[in-house]
Parts: sequence; structure tokens; C-alpha cells
Amino acid sequence: MAFNLHKEKYRSKVSEVVLGATKEEGGTRSHTLKVGGESTLAFLHFEGEIPNRPIAALEVLDVAPQEWHPCFDPYLKDVYGDAGAWAKKCVDEYGADLVLLRLQGADPDGKDRTPEECADTVKEVLKAVSVPLIVVGCGKGEKDNQVMPLVAEVASGENLLLGVAEQENYKSITAACMVHKHSLIAQSPIDINICKQLNILVNEMNLDLNKIVIDPTIAALGYGLEYGYSIMERARLGALGGDRMLAMPMIGNVGYEVWRVKEANASEEEFPGWGEQEERGIMWEVTTAVALLQAGMDILVLRHPKALEVVKKNIDDLMADNKYQ
Amino acid sequence: MGLTGLEIFKQLPKTNCKDCGYPTCLAFAMALANGKATLDSCPHVSDAAKENLDSASAPPIKLVKVGSGEKVLELGDETELFRHDKKFYHPTAVAILVSDQEDVEAKVNQVKELDFERVGLEFITDMVAVKNDSGDAEKFKAAVEKTAALTDKVMVLIAEDADVMAGALEAAAEKKPLIYAATADNYEAMTALAKEKGCPLAVKGKGLEDTAALVEKVVALGYKELVLDTGERQTSRVLADLTQIRRLAVKKRFRPLGYPTISFTSKEDPLEEAAQAAVYLSKYAGIVVMKTAEKQHILPLLSWRQNLFTDPQKPIQVEAKLYEVGDVNENSPLYITTNFSLTYYIVEGEVETSKVPSYIIAVNTDGVSVLTAWAAGKLTGDSIAEAMKKAGVEEKLAHKKVVIPGHVAVLSGAVEESTGGWEVLVGPREASGIPKYAKENFA
Ligand code: B12
Ligand code: SF4
Repeated sequence: MAFNLHKEKYRSKVSEVVLGATKEEGGTRSHTLKVGGESTLAFLHFEGEIPNRPIAALEVLDVAPQEWHPCFDPYLKDVYGDAGAWAKKCVDEYGADLVLLRLQGADPDGKDRTPEECADTVKEVLKAVSVPLIVVGCGKGEKDNQVMPLVAEVASGENLLLGVAEQENYKSITAACMVHKHSLIAQSPIDINICKQLNILVNEMNLDLNKIVIDPTIAALGYGLEYGYSIMERARLGALGGDRMLAMPMIGNVGYEVWRVKEANASEEEFPGWGEQEERGIMWEVTTAVALLQAGMDILVLRHPKALEVVKKNIDDLMADNKYQ
Repeated sequence: MGLTGLEIFKQLPKTNCKDCGYPTCLAFAMALANGKATLDSCPHVSDAAKENLDSASAPPIKLVKVGSGEKVLELGDETELFRHDKKFYHPTAVAILVSDQEDVEAKVNQVKELDFERVGLEFITDMVAVKNDSGDAEKFKAAVEKTAALTDKVMVLIAEDADVMAGALEAAAEKKPLIYAATADNYEAMTALAKEKGCPLAVKGKGLEDTAALVEKVVALGYKELVLDTGERQTSRVLADLTQIRRLAVKKRFRPLGYPTISFTSKEDPLEEAAQAAVYLSKYAGIVVMKTAEKQHILPLLSWRQNLFTDPQKPIQVEAKLYEVGDVNENSPLYITTNFSLTYYIVEGEVETSKVPSYIIAVNTDGVSVLTAWAAGKLTGDSIAEAMKKAGVEEKLAHKKVVIPGHVAVLSGAVEESTGGWEVLVGPREASGIPKYAKENFA
């Protein structure tokens, strides 16, 4: 080069988190997945190491979804209500790296499933697929505090990625992760200080830093995506700058956020100016995911199988080496 | 811009002759640094010093304009690597490719459909890039002519043969299109053309280093209205080049790369192509040229552009006040929302769709969303009651019912109390539920 490239020298790198456990490691997974470990910003292979590619999960519910757009029917209708079959289809047919099981049926305002029923579903899914698993609760703290410890127990040793711990409610799930050897999603509301603080709190309970994945909270494209994008960029710069309490791999609920917005769901008849609904929804999801990948997201939780396919190809392309000769 | 008084002082004659109106050269230098004087007030400054000062004070990435009249696109002049550091200023232009071998009219008309209105903002597909695939000069000229007649969108003309380009420019030069591109083989002729017609010129190299070298040759010919293409088409390679260009320009003030960029998608599948374009748009592309012209592929991309280029310091707000949607009367429903522009316009759109004339109060939450405002204590029983009072709804309405967002159902009691007895109705969680809700409750 006739001129010098501008390469940043970062002081530190993102921590590496292992998801799942094989037989030798005390679990039953056929393989584990590693995330994180990068020593530069997203896909800048020319100045650092990106030892693990970002991975993509598809979302599976323990109940038949009430509000999912009918455009999902051709892909998933036959497995709705059967979490094991659903998970298997996502992995075998659609190529998900792993699945996220959302225990929505636990919602006291919905099916109000018991912790035992939820634990059974987790066991079923573990049996149906051999990939690592992410399991999150219904989002109602009190109920999740009953459900998640039992889930952790019945899957002891599997090194699930369990969620979510929040600033006001992290103790019981953190303890469950400790005892039963799982990893944890620490979720903060797009606030870098809360993100750090929560990691400190969780770490004070003696959960290793390399057992934590952070969810800095995202929003869908057009609904505040840029806030999540910037928080992720800042968190990643903090991690590379040496802040150990920000140095975790990042996860985001892309599918969940995207498929509740109007632009993903509205019919073409209603909005002829917006184009065909299904592809629009897919691209709403893909664009949200692709943007956040650029901000450093390591685990994408997607919903539409076609979005998964497109995003995985985008990751393939971005994982191609771009070092300069 | 950017230079200190002392740095400027070093370039001045240091004779303190006072011809500039200042007592000393140093005083003049300070005035320059503060933007209170201009260099031409000093008649004695050398040409070399002038050149140094000009280029040192020029922005790290040149502002390049494409187009003419009302349709002028500004590219470049960015100062940041991350939007959170300050702001990105000039949104990436999106260009749709039209081949001179396809039905030009059909494609251009399709591109014209790619302007959207969403949440009170316009999302515009800025450019049409006409490409000489035929190798035929006449055909290209005809395609350019037709495009120029059909649309006033800004144009990119793509042909690597200078004669072919010259022919097309006869038809479109006054629109000041971007000429694409000067290459190692044709740069002298292309630069001469660009200069003559006063059009910006894309410089296409083979890789980063070669592109910088080619830029220096073009600049040596006396032309600086440039846009860069390193010629790379593989996604991660382009990402690396765009990143290096931005960094070298902004952090090193490396002049040969201090220009806006143009990137071309290479994916054939339109969904993959739009994803690739989203990568380039996220990371510094000045122009992205793509093939697909389907609304459902372009709207998400333009939405991301709008998000990315908003000012991270201040959310876009609407005035916190009472709004009327449709032909309201004393029986019209009353909705509560926040003055975050995004939230407000989403709600307004849905209320409009409901076809029930209604009032909406945008409560002052300093421009944040419903749940953010609730979590921050800015959307409360009291703040809602106060906004209602200020809007004078008591006098305007014959009823005493108010609809609050479903996400803040917990505020029902507080609103009831603070308003002294208004009936609080909890609306749907997502605004998209409003039309159905209105039909069931107010039709
Ligand atoms: C972007 C964002 C921010 C931005 C604010 C951007 C802005 N201008 O609003 C920033 C980074 C500043 C922020 C800060 C905080 N945030 Co915030 N934020 C978000 C995020 C990611 C998206 C919000 C958004 O823009 N939504 C889009 C708009 C359009 O949604 P909306 O206003 O709710 O409107 C919808 C509906 O409510 C409905 N609707 C609106 N009005 C009406 C009216 C009627 C009548 C009806 C029927 C319907 C209706 O229609 C709209 C579309 O469906 C959400 C999480 C998420 N993914 O949603 C968290 C979230 C809202 N934030 C949260 C929190 C806690 C905070 C903080 C308090 C954190 C902190 N301690 O720092 C701060 C508060 C800051 C402050 N002091 O002001 C929490 C709220 C938790 C809760 N359930 O109460 C959330 C849910 C994240 C989480 N899961 O923890 N936040
Ligand atoms: S005119 Fe030029 S040389 Fe004379 S005092 Fe002013 S700056 Fe100095």
C-alpha cells in the first residue's frame, strides 16, 4: 500500500460464551456453539479476529401462536402446538443454528401453564433437536421466577441459554443458572449504565462473565431501531476498549419485535403503496437483523424461515476474509 | 474550520503590516480561526500558504452535489464514524439501475412508484442509474433521453467508453448527472467531459490503493467533484473499503479518499440484494445502486436510512397539543398519546383509517414513546389530566370519556382520579388495533 491503512488497536475483546453441552460435558447436545470472542468491530477481519460467526435462532412457542400473521401458516401451521416438532422443523428443514423456546403458555393472563408443564415442554424440545437451546419465560417476572428454576433443574447440565434477568429481577434465574450450569441472558432497557450494572450484580452472585449474554434491547425497524443500534455500537466499543462489564456477546429479539409492527403485517390491498406483504415483512425482519449485525449483534432471534435464509447468506458473505494484501 | 489560530498564523507573512485591518498577523489569524474574517483580506499571503490553508480547512470528506435545479443531492461532508458521536448528515442516496437493454419506460415508471410517505415523513428513492449494457451509443443516448423525460430524479450515467458518455451527455448534461466512471483506461477523456459539462465524476479503481492513485491523477487534471468506487463487489470487501475510506478521510485527512462513495449490489436474488444494500447503507456508502425496484424491497431500506440519519441527540417531536382528525364534533372520541413524532403519527394514521372523526392529545413527554415515557414518569395520571385541561376538552366535548394506550392500562385509575371522574377506556396495545376498536366502540 502506498498509504497506511487505518487499523484500530483495541485493548480487549468480547468474551466467548459456549452454548449447549455435549455428553462429555454433562449434556446431551450433538455439538456446542460458540459466540463472541471478536477483537474488532463487526466483520472487520482486516484488523482483528472474528473467531465465531454470528448465529441465528428461530423462535418456537410452547402454544399455538394466536397473533402470528397467516403468512407463517405454510411454513409452520402443521407444527403449531407441538413445540418439539416445531423446533425440529426449524433446525432440519429451515437451517436454524439453534432455537429459542418462548414459554408463552406460562402467561397467567393466557394459558397459565404450570412450571411442571413448562419443564416438560423443554424436555420435549431437548429430545426433538440436538442443537443448543435458548429458553425464555413469558415475560411476567413473578411467574417466570417459578418457571425458570424448574426449567433449569430438569435440563441440568445442558448449558441452556436462559432468559431473562433484569435489573429488578435477576436473582432467582441467576441462581438457577449457577446451580444447574446454564448461561444467562441479562436484559437492560437500552441503557448502557443499567447494562453494566446488571452484569456487575449478576457477576457478584458468582456467575462467570463468560456465562452471560447481554440483551441491550432492540426495537423494530422504523420503531426505534436506531436507538438499539447505537447502544449496541457503544457497548461493543466499550468491550473492545477494555470494559469487562460490557464485553459479552449480544442477543436481540428481532422476529418478536418486527412481527408486531404494522409494516410487516398490513395487507397489500390495504396499502398498495407498500408492496407485497410477505416479502415486505421478511425484509422488515432482514433489514432489522442486518443493521444490528453491523452494530455487533452475535445471536439473532428470528421468526420467518425465509428471513433466516437471507440473513444467513448475508452472514456468509460478511464472514469472507477482507484482509488487505 | 478545524485549524487553530496558531496553525493559521504559521502560514501568514508575519509582517504585521495591518493591511488586513487587524493590528497584527496573529490577531488576524485568531479572527480567521473564529470565522470572523476571510483569508482574502490579507493581500500578502503566498499562493502556497493559501493552498495549504484552503485544503487544511476543507471538510474531511468533500461535499459533492449531483443533479440540478430543485433536485440537487448532497453527498459526503460527513465527520463521524459512529452516529452516536454526533450525527450523520447526508443520507445515502438510493439509485435504481435501468439497463439500456430493458424496457426503460417500464422500469423508470416503476422507480417513480418508490417514493413513500410514512409517519409524517417522505421516503424518496433519489436516483435512476442508466447503464450502457448494449454497447451501443445510440441506444444508450436514447435510454438516457427517455429517462430524463420521464422523471426528474437525479441520474447516474454508466458507461465506460468516453465517446458513448459524450453522446449521452448531449441529452442530459444540464441535469448534472453523475458520470460513471473514470477508469485507468479512460480517465483523461472522462475528466475532460466532466469538467466541460460541470458534472460530478465517479472514479473507479481496482481496489482501495489503486482508486486513491487514480483520484490523484484526476485531481492533477484539475477536477475535484468526485465520487469513489473501489471496484469491489464482494460484500465484506466493500464493507472493509467503505470503512477504510471513511476512517482515512476523517481520522487521517487523507485527501485522495476524502470523497463520497458509490457502491453497487452484486446479489441476484432481490431479497439478498436488499440485505447487501442495507450493509452498505449502514456503513458509510454515499450512493447505493441496486437492481430491484419492488416496493416491498425498497421501503424497508429507506426506512432504515431514515432511522440511521436521525439526530441521536434529539428525538423528533410534534407539538404537544390537541389535534383534530377529520370533521370533529362534541361527540367525537378522545385519544391520548405522546408527542414523540413516531408515536404520534402512527396513532394519527390509524385514527384517520378508522374514519371516525376524533381528537388526539399529544401529551408532552419530551418526545419519547409511550412505554419509555411511562417508565420515566412522564406519562402519568397527572400529566394526562393537565394536558386535557390545557386542551380545554371539558368545554369541547359533550362526553367525558378518554382512551389511553393499551400499553399503559395501569394508568387507568390514576387518570380517573387526576381528571376528577372522566371515564377511562383502555385502547388496544398496538395502534394498528385502533380502527377495529373505534368501529366497535364509536361507530
Ligand atoms: C427507543 C426506546 C427508548 C429511547 C427513547 C426513544 C423515544 N424517543 O421514545 C431511549 C433510549 C431514550 C429510551 C430510554 C428509556 N427507556 Co426505553 N425503549 C425504547 C424501545 C426500544 C422502543 C420504543 C419505541 O420507540 N417504540 C415505538 C413507539 C411508536 O411505540 P409507542 O410509543 O409505544 O406506540 C405504540 C403503542 O403504544 C401504540 N400507541 C401509542 N399511542 C397510543 C394511543 C392510543 C390511544 C392507543 C390505543 C395506542 C397507542 O401505538 C404505537 C404503535 O403500535 C422500547 C422497547 C421496545 N422494543 O419497544 C424501550 C422501553 C419502552 N424503554 C424502557 C425503559 C425502562 C426506558 C428507561 C426508563 C430506561 C432507563 N432507566 O434509562 C429510559 C427512560 C428515559 C427517559 N428518562 O426519558 C422499557 C419500558 C419498560 C416498561 N414495560 O415499562 C422498554 C419497554 C424496554 C424494556 N423492555 O425494558 N428508551
Ligand atoms: S495583511 Fe497579512 S501580513 Fe499584513 S498584518 Fe494582516 S495578516 Fe499580516
